[in-house]
Amino acid sequence: MPKSLLIISRQAPWSGPGAREALDIVLAGGAFDLPIGLLFLDDGVWQLAPRQHAATLQQKDLSANLQALSLFGVDQVFACSFSIAERGLDPQDLSLDELQLLETAQLSALIDRYDQVITL
Amino acid sequence: MKFAIALFCAAHEPSSRRALLFAQAALAGGHEIVRLFFYQDGVYSASTNIVTPQDEQDLPRQWRELVTTHQLDAVVCIAAALRRGVLNAEEAQRYQRSAVNLEAPWELSGLGQLHDAAQAADRLICFGGP
Repeated sequence: MPKSLLIISRQAPWSGPGAREALDIVLAGGAFDLPIGLLFLDDGVWQLAPRQHAATLQQKDLSANLQALSLFGVDQVFACSFSIAERGLDPQDLSLDELQLLETAQLSALIDRYDQVITL
Repeated sequence: MKFAIALFCAAHEPSSRRALLFAQAALAGGHEIVRLFFYQDGVYSASTNIVTPQDEQDLPRQWRELVTTHQLDAVVCIAAALRRGVLNAEEAQRYQRSAVNLEAPWELSGLGQLHDAAQAADRLICFGGP
């Protein structure tokens, strides 16, 4: 039975390579068929903002990579409702469909479910 | 206990020192380190080009000594390293770059090595995240 791993992604998509590199860990784990979870927390929820125009910042669009999660078999994807509300994002209008929104009180239970945790 | 240690910050940041102290303490306590994995800015801690002022702690050298002394499995993520200009001879040649700043005991490899370490270890301990 492989150990489960939760990646907590806390960085905005345009603040540097951090968000992309957190996602790369998730996708690599998915490619190895490992039980992987992904939680968007704090500024990490900016990755879920819809209709981003990455080219304006001369960047590549990370939200396209998020769509690869299901292709890699990663279906345990969570976001913190409080982080979303705090930043004025609409929980009904996020760029990822299969997303489970969690209240702050549920976060510790989520983290507790996983064998290993990486926060990036 | 078997530990996997992941480092995400550069050598000059306090978490790199804490990670080193943790690794030393784990080994001194009779525990096993299945792998060190340097990712994100952690790749800088493996660079041979870092010059530390004489009156400061030379973290990259201390990491190298720890890895060599205990023959640890020490992996630097290749994608993160290339992005940050940390290249071994093979990659410098591949991309036709003049500088080589990564050598043994460090090994460049992929993120699969992080997952492999997490699977093999009882605990994955991370340092230097946001």
